Amino acid sequence: MPIMTFAEALRNALYIEMKKDPKVILLGEDIGVLGNVFGVTKGFLDEFGCKRVRSTPISEAAITGAAIGAAMLGMHPVAEIMYVDFTTMAMDQIINQAAKMRYMSAGKVKVPMVLRTQGGAGSGEAAQHCQSLESLFIHVPGLKVVMPSNPYDAKGLLLSAIRDENPVIFIEHKLLYPIKGEVPEEEYTIPLGKAEIKKEGNDLTIVATSYMLQKVLNTLPVLDNEGIYPEVIDPRTLSPLDTETIFQSIQKTHHLLVVQESSAPASFAAELLAVVSENLFDYLDAPPRRLCGLSVPIPYNKKLEDASIPNEKDIINIIKDIL
Amino acid sequence: MEEVDIKVLFDIYKKMNLIRKFEQKAIQLYWEGINRGALHTYIGEEAVAVGVCSALRKGDYISSTHRGHGHCLAMNGDPNLMLAELLGKENGYCRGRGGSMHIADLDLGILGANGIVGGGIPMAVGAAMALDYQEKSNVVACFFGDGATSTGAFHEALNLASIWNLPILFICENNFYAISTCVTNAIAIQDLANRAKAYGMTSQIVDGNDAIQVYQETKKARDIAISGNGPVFLECKTYRTEGHWVADPQIYRDRKEVEEWRKKCPIEALKNKILQKDVSKKKLLESIEKEVEQIILQAEKFAKESPEPNPKDVQKFVLV
Ligand SMILES: Cc1ncc(C[n+]2csc(CCOP(=O)(O)OP(=O)(O)O)c2C)c(N)n1
Repeated sequence: MPIMTFAEALRNALYIEMKKDPKVILLGEDIGVLGNVFGVTKGFLDEFGCKRVRSTPISEAAITGAAIGAAMLGMHPVAEIMYVDFTTMAMDQIINQAAKMRYMSAGKVKVPMVLRTQGGAGSGEAAQHCQSLESLFIHVPGLKVVMPSNPYDAKGLLLSAIRDENPVIFIEHKLLYPIKGEVPEEEYTIPLGKAEIKKEGNDLTIVATSYMLQKVLNTLPVLDNEGIYPEVIDPRTLSPLDTETIFQSIQKTHHLLVVQESSAPASFAAELLAVVSENLFDYLDAPPRRLCGLSVPIPYNKKLEDASIPNEKDIINIIKDIL
Repeated sequence: MEEVDIKVLFDIYKKMNLIRKFEQKAIQLYWEGINRGALHTYIGEEAVAVGVCSALRKGDYISSTHRGHGHCLAMNGDPNLMLAELLGKENGYCRGRGGSMHIADLDLGILGANGIVGGGIPMAVGAAMALDYQEKSNVVACFFGDGATSTGAFHEALNLASIWNLPILFICENNFYAISTCVTNAIAIQDLANRAKAYGMTSQIVDGNDAIQVYQETKKARDIAISGNGPVFLECKTYRTEGHWVADPQIYRDRKEVEEWRKKCPIEALKNKILQKDVSKKKLLESIEKEVEQIILQAEKFAKESPEPNPKDVQKFVLV
């Protein structure tokens, strides 16, 4: 099977769907000649032309709104917001418009669009370029929120997202782009709203999102040596959440740890802990726990940045603390 | 046009050199792996920041952008503290928390650089509103790029400033590119100064590589703004001769175009102008260049020897 980076897998998915479906168009800043800052759309402008690959001015609200309008007329736009931090410029379009069209029209209107964006810390770009904002979108009914953690999932999830009839926020972690993995050339989809057990185990359930899933996987050899066997789950879609897979796992392990890069208050981890406490209280042998980024704007200095984000050592420590 | 005082010219020359050398040092340290993150340099655009800021008076403010080192140095920002910040040190302007894109110094009138394109413009209008309310004879100079004129924040802010006649100078640094996007592909009009007309605002096109012209036009604009005649918009046409960020492959533009603009180097241009008037000033200019080199070496030493922040303090400064 071919080896692709996360960025190449995304590119491959976009390419397949652009070839197959003329309704798919791309719009976003610097996606043309430059092929986006991470090379995801490199060569697309030449291949598909400027009507399908629309490089835009710095106008996040208009990019998002244009995608919504085109989607309402039956197109399947994939809009790109360079950093998730800049989705804040488009919040009216995302939250008041895209998310609500379907409901407000009692099902008459569909907004089949994807908003691809990139987030997370680790690049030293500080407070306005390194945030994890997925929880803002989870909070809003009418949006799907997807966060892949590896190249294989990235491709399958992106193809599903483009074909989905709803607005989908698709968040890529900047540190994942160079990560390599096996990815089939041909098309395949991974259903939205379906979690995956990345490693089976009986001792505790770990739910980790995006780049944090990679960090959790990194700890497995150490845990193995110590005779600790967690079950690791990647929710992949954060909203709607596949609680079934997660609940089944907890009923087996009786322990839960959620690991996310975003800060804890009112977040994905907070929500998951709440639903688990409400539904599985009697199954839990210990309080469900979460390991999150600190509640602090992401600092520039590397040591401070590292201190604000969970690392492998933190993961191992909290697991030992739970068990 | 009235003559510019020779002392002012020397100061302008020094600051432009300081910016150039500072940025070259920052690039060098970046490739040495010493500083990190986004590094947007101001090389080629020095005449704009220095021309504008030299025309400002005590009590005036500026707001800056992601490409903010030049603005900061032009406002007498301390190169030691700036370079220490780029190295993420506790002695830096933001104690290593902010980095290149977030340097601020209220005492010097620097409201702050900004990682969000267009993000600083409404705040600059707010500062001008405060100056107006406080009946100060001061202005805000608000810097932004051509790319920023496509943001919603830009248009909302210009409208407010103009209906309220605020003492603000909108300094558009038209360097023809927003990352890879050429201004001709992003904006349907040729002169961005025309954006101002739609808001009933005085505007002027300026050669942004001519520090003297920028200085003189800013002085005029400042006089208009403090006399209650509303905001003024200056479009300074210039060029960024380096990549958008340090490792930018620059596949979006012709190398020849870059070379042509390098020939229009604003620092060389000013030097030639001074020497044309008085060739005996050559030694003096050279001594300024040497002095600047020393300042940068000193800043490098200061930055490298400064301590790192303590990770235990990571959550300090979140709230007052
Ligand atoms: C709201 C927002 N969108 C996108 C970006 C990414 N970005 C950073 S700089 C830049 C180009 C800015 O161009 P311009 O305003 O002309 O300034 P220049 O870089 O040319 O000085 C872009 C798109 C950003 N920082 N903020």
